[in-house]
Amino acid sequence: MSKRIDVKDLNVYYGKFLAVEDVNINIEAKSVTAFIGPSGCGKSTFLRTLNRMHEVIPGARVEGEVLLDGDNLYGPGVDPVTVRSQIGMVFQRPNPFPTMSIRDNVLAGVKLNNQKISKGEADALVERSLQGANLWNEVKDRLAKPGSGLSGGQQQRLCIARAIAVEPQVILMDEPCSALDPISTLAIEDLINDLKDQYTVVIVTHNMQQAARVSDRTAFFNIAGTGKPGKLIEVGDTHTIFSNPTQKATEDYVSGRFG
Amino acid sequence: MTSTLTPVRKRSALTKGQLPKFAPYVVLVLALVVGAAIMAVVGFNAFGWGIVSAILFTAGLVGWSAAVEGGRKAKDKLATCLVVGSFLVALLPLISVILTVLINGLPGLLDPGFLSTSMNGVTGAFDNKSVEQGAPVMGGIYHALVGTIQITLLATVISVPVGLLTAVYLVEYGEDRPLARAITFFVDVMTGIPSIVAGLFAAAFFFAVVGPGTKTGAVAAVALSVLMIPVVVRSSEEMLKIVPNELREAAYALGVRKWRTILKVVIPTAISGIASGVTLAIARVIGETAPILVTAGFATSINTNVFSGWMASLPTFIYTQILNPTSPSNPDPSSQRAWGAALVLIILVMLLNLGARLIARIFAPKTGR
Repeated sequence: MSKRIDVKDLNVYYGKFLAVEDVNINIEAKSVTAFIGPSGCGKSTFLRTLNRMHEVIPGARVEGEVLLDGDNLYGPGVDPVTVRSQIGMVFQRPNPFPTMSIRDNVLAGVKLNNQKISKGEADALVERSLQGANLWNEVKDRLAKPGSGLSGGQQQRLCIARAIAVEPQVILMDEPCSALDPISTLAIEDLINDLKDQYTVVIVTHNMQQAARVSDRTAFFNIAGTGKPGKLIEVGDTHTIFSNPTQKATEDYVSGRFG
Repeated sequence: MTSTLTPVRKRSALTKGQLPKFAPYVVLVLALVVGAAIMAVVGFNAFGWGIVSAILFTAGLVGWSAAVEGGRKAKDKLATCLVVGSFLVALLPLISVILTVLINGLPGLLDPGFLSTSMNGVTGAFDNKSVEQGAPVMGGIYHALVGTIQITLLATVISVPVGLLTAVYLVEYGEDRPLARAITFFVDVMTGIPSIVAGLFAAAFFFAVVGPGTKTGAVAAVALSVLMIPVVVRSSEEMLKIVPNELREAAYALGVRKWRTILKVVIPTAISGIASGVTLAIARVIGETAPILVTAGFATSINTNVFSGWMASLPTFIYTQILNPTSPSNPDPSSQRAWGAALVLIILVMLLNLGARLIARIFAPKTGR
């Protein structure tokens, strides 16, 4: 239940502005890939192009190919809704639906799409997803309560449960821990470790220790200066990137000499 | 050693140079007394007394504060006095209106049958009799109440879908396109349309489509919805705009289609604000007189069919009762009925506002653990 992603010659534009230039990367199935780099270098922008979420931003467009197990996401006639139901996303700030209970938040992907589901199946799906997000034990007694009453870390895990409830192939995470305390961060990192048994995980992070802890492969993005496009500098095994990178810029960044 | 044995507790150095807590009350009493004395000299009236006392109070408190506490605190006191004063000035007409309508309207409202009978068959002879022989005032506002409720309800049924869908287009699909900008511009223009123009538009429209002389409740409802739609669009638009984009993105990322996202996530999140906006829009048009006069005419008997025949409404009832009393020689019973109708109208608007608050509370996104 996981697919690989291959990106070929991808350029991302905001209107006329080239935001990310010429990215080529292979993201392996059932692994965790981390994107690191300074702010504004296009990591998040690039991440969003992997499930066409950049299209929500007016004027954003891409050139190039993103292949999900060989199928081009940007091929003619591809429905972005189909893409997003296979490639889920967790955002920087926890965003549970305020009008829904914890249970309904988990079922949101099913219910909002009006799929029929029996109560028994729904219960099983809720338990399975919350178990998968390491949240079940904390919320099993208050599933009918609003999701916004949870703590920030719990809300973020609720969002992860919501994402895995639709059974995607790939989960994209855009700085999922940047709004959380170290304990909640640890819980999410443990969770990411469990998730890679079943899903392909891509995570954007500003925290290099986090990238080193959770990821199998790391991609380093950099920007030459303001107004210049972001570029993928180097990608490789996390261990290699952090101990023996081939590029000088990568070495400077991971050793803390800039950024 | 330390001061634990000191019997007298000296005043904290941090609270030095402050006016005592009772200072404003002392100044208020003094201002009222001095104000009364000044007014007694120039000729007493309550309104003047209030103004003179307010000025004296402000001057006294600020002066005292400047002497004891210094310039900064005095300026603070002055600002507080100005803010509270403006608040009272703004509140005064409102209280005055409510009191006047309550005092004048209660006798009419308490008349038996005022809410349950119409003016059908009530002639000047009855009014003359009630004035000359003390018989109870006949006639009521049932027909006008029915008319107002039906016309407003129909106007709401027309305006809410049109207004809400327009707001959805502007916020979710408009993206600053020329069409969206044009709609925003014309909605702004529509907000400023005089209500009589809306009435004339509806009347002319129905004259052209249905036939000359068409005056029904439905025509009035169309006129009112011309006034209502811009208000609904504006308030719904504001409410939809403040729904965080993160929620839309969360839904999209789950593979939810855009229209379902709008229907199941965006609108439910904003529904409390939309509902109270709609209620306020209703309250805005329920008291319109001019457009109803030219579109639904006025009737003295009960008409429960909005699609045929002239229809009464509370504002036009008040208007006709005051301008053309049922008995020209004894207009008092008519004016009593008019004030009663005015009171009912205010109560209706108040209920609508309460309803809006209730709806907002019921639909508001729940928090809590």
